[in-house]
Amino acid sequence: MTDLAGALREPWPDLRMQREGVGLGMWFFLASEVLFFGALICAYAVYRSFNAEAFRIAGEHSEIVYGSANTVLLLTSSLTMTIALRAATVRWRALTLACLAITAALGIAFLVCKGLEYREDLREHLFPGPNFPLSPPAAQMFWGFYWIMTGIHALHLTAGIGVVLVVFVLFERRVIPVQGATMEGVAIYWHFVDSVWIVLFPLLYLAGRS
Amino acid sequence: MTDLTLPFVPPLDSQGDSYLSEGHTVMSWLATTDHKRIAILYALSITVFFFIGGIAIALVRLELVSPTGLFLTSDEYNRLFTIHGIIMVWFFLVPSIPATMGNFVLPMMIGAPDVAFPRLNLMSWYLYVIGAAFTVYVLLSGGVDTGWTFYPPFSSDYSHSNVIAAAAGVFVVGFSSIATGVNFLATIHMLRAPGMTWLRLPLFAWSMYAVSMVMVLATPVLAMSLLLIAAERYFGLPIFDPAAGGDPLLFQHLFWFYSHPAVYIMILPAMGVVSEVFACFARRRVFGYGFMVLSLMMIGVVGFMVWGHHMFVAGQSPLANLIFSFLSFIVAVPSAIKVFNWTATLYRGHIGFEAPMIYALGFLGLFTIGGLTGLFLASVPIDIAATDSYFVVAHFHTIMVGGTVSAFMAGIHYWWPKVTGKLYNEFWAQFAAITMFLGFNVTFLPQFVMGWLGMPRRYHYYPDVFQIWHILSSGGAVILAVAYLMPLFYLTWSLLYGAKSPDNPWQATGLEWQTPSPPPKTNFLRPPRIDAEPYDYHDFGRSEETGGAARANPQGRPT
Repeated sequence: MTDLAGALREPWPDLRMQREGVGLGMWFFLASEVLFFGALICAYAVYRSFNAEAFRIAGEHSEIVYGSANTVLLLTSSLTMTIALRAATVRWRALTLACLAITAALGIAFLVCKGLEYREDLREHLFPGPNFPLSPPAAQMFWGFYWIMTGIHALHLTAGIGVVLVVFVLFERRVIPVQGATMEGVAIYWHFVDSVWIVLFPLLYLAGRS
Repeated sequence: MTDLTLPFVPPLDSQGDSYLSEGHTVMSWLATTDHKRIAILYALSITVFFFIGGIAIALVRLELVSPTGLFLTSDEYNRLFTIHGIIMVWFFLVPSIPATMGNFVLPMMIGAPDVAFPRLNLMSWYLYVIGAAFTVYVLLSGGVDTGWTFYPPFSSDYSHSNVIAAAAGVFVVGFSSIATGVNFLATIHMLRAPGMTWLRLPLFAWSMYAVSMVMVLATPVLAMSLLLIAAERYFGLPIFDPAAGGDPLLFQHLFWFYSHPAVYIMILPAMGVVSEVFACFARRRVFGYGFMVLSLMMIGVVGFMVWGHHMFVAGQSPLANLIFSFLSFIVAVPSAIKVFNWTATLYRGHIGFEAPMIYALGFLGLFTIGGLTGLFLASVPIDIAATDSYFVVAHFHTIMVGGTVSAFMAGIHYWWPKVTGKLYNEFWAQFAAITMFLGFNVTFLPQFVMGWLGMPRRYHYYPDVFQIWHILSSGGAVILAVAYLMPLFYLTWSLLYGAKSPDNPWQATGLEWQTPSPPPKTNFLRPPRIDAEPYDYHDFGRSEETGGAARANPQGRPT
């Protein structure tokens, strides 16, 4: 099993512990990420409770078609990521690679769709500032959160796509075996970015339309 | 695969060279993944920033000698105390003990060949360097004047200084502490040597566990609050702007959600260090080990729920004030348990007054003063009177500088022979330790007094009646500066000309001492196996030993 020996890194005594350790480390990191987004969502919640009517008015102007399309894209990418992880566990290399490629493609499609949506938003001047079309003033607050939340999420997704592509190349060139610890860490991170979107979607697209 | 197979521990016959001789090029240091070398990189960087932050405050103390100011404009004065705060908090105190001693000693204490993710560990140092670069840029481009707390609207609308660069530096360095925290948590969970059960962990390892938890969970909230400030300043998003329904108070909540636990990020590791030092130099088992562990974890957890006591006068509801006040009193309970247990550890001990012990005793006294004055401030009516006075300044400096820096120095001296393989000059070290304690008290006791009399913080013009206290305080700061500079000289001397240290000069029981000094790259010459409790110096009661020769059962036993 020379293939496997190459996957063992210092300082781990064996692959099983390494895999467990990488998973655990990723969960600790995600705990940190939860607090990172948690602070943002908490701020949103506080301001929404202060300015309920303004947030409703502002929320009606988000592009629900793009938002919904993106939800579909991202949830599907989580499905393919799960398949990639399962395939890697049973060492089905070809399926792992294919699913990783589809996952990255879906992620990129999300970003493209997001870009189109941003263009629509900017065409309507929905960026807080002097030309902002909506009133009351607190409507700007909603759109401030819109840009920050979607922007940070898009950055996380971009990082995720980058990692998936790097891992794809490493697997493809057999630098590391698919069944090692890496795949698990990548998958956990990807699902996290996906779950953040599941929270952001109702806050930004649905809440103003209830 | 059995738990005894540790492929990265060398076989018996390789009498490994020390980690210091594993390469002498600059690259062998800058690209190292060895936790011991990364610890040294961190130690050097934080020392540089400690002295930069020190110069800033030296200028402030000089300015304060005269009630009408000596040589600074108000704006320059603001920038000096701000950069002092930013540098000392994020570029010295937060990484001080975890990133240096934690990095060096933690894996050895638990019998691991390295931390769980060595490359992440190196990356955390580079993140520190990038954050530091931002801060140096801020320094060179004229500084920042918001105070280290970045409160809006100072930081959003009214500041004409480099707020975004300063916030970016703190943001980036925050991720370096998150990386360290994740690494330590995974290391302690996964890489304990066979026999190193949770309740055999030395208290320093437990303190690293608690502090990592706080770092991982608190730092991201700071990152988000700074990001929101930057978004408001740079993109004009009205997040904390009351004109658009925003609330500056929200920033204070987010900021203190990190920055109060940050005090525990600074003090928990210090508690870990002095627990090791007290046990070793009193030749006693730490009194109440279980309660020590429990109180570390309790401080870590309850520390998350007390941030509101920074905002008693900020417009918080009286109910919230009451709850935060109550919880702040609660967090004093585990702290007091620790102080009493350290005292009980000393009781009937066989105490040696080597430099680490003097520093640790200094910690004990100053931490007690800092903690008790903290109780004054946890009480709402007293805090309303004392808010933003020098009483508060003196209180938190007593914890963060008196406590943490004393413990940092204790740890530096305690592990110095382990890290360098050299002995330091005991006389000068003891002299520096005593000077530091005296200098600290001369600096900060007058601040307690003048704060109580009504001297507000962050002003450089003040009524004449306070001048005597300011002069005393500035004089103390000179003594303190001398005490901080002394180790620089005698430790450098030790490095160059010091006598070679035996492997275990203190006859300590910790696993990190049961290996050569300085340790080989893989930490241990053979896989360690643990079959003893920590701190097995001698049983409760007076020592039978005479003449200072101490019996000790090391925790690790060669298999």
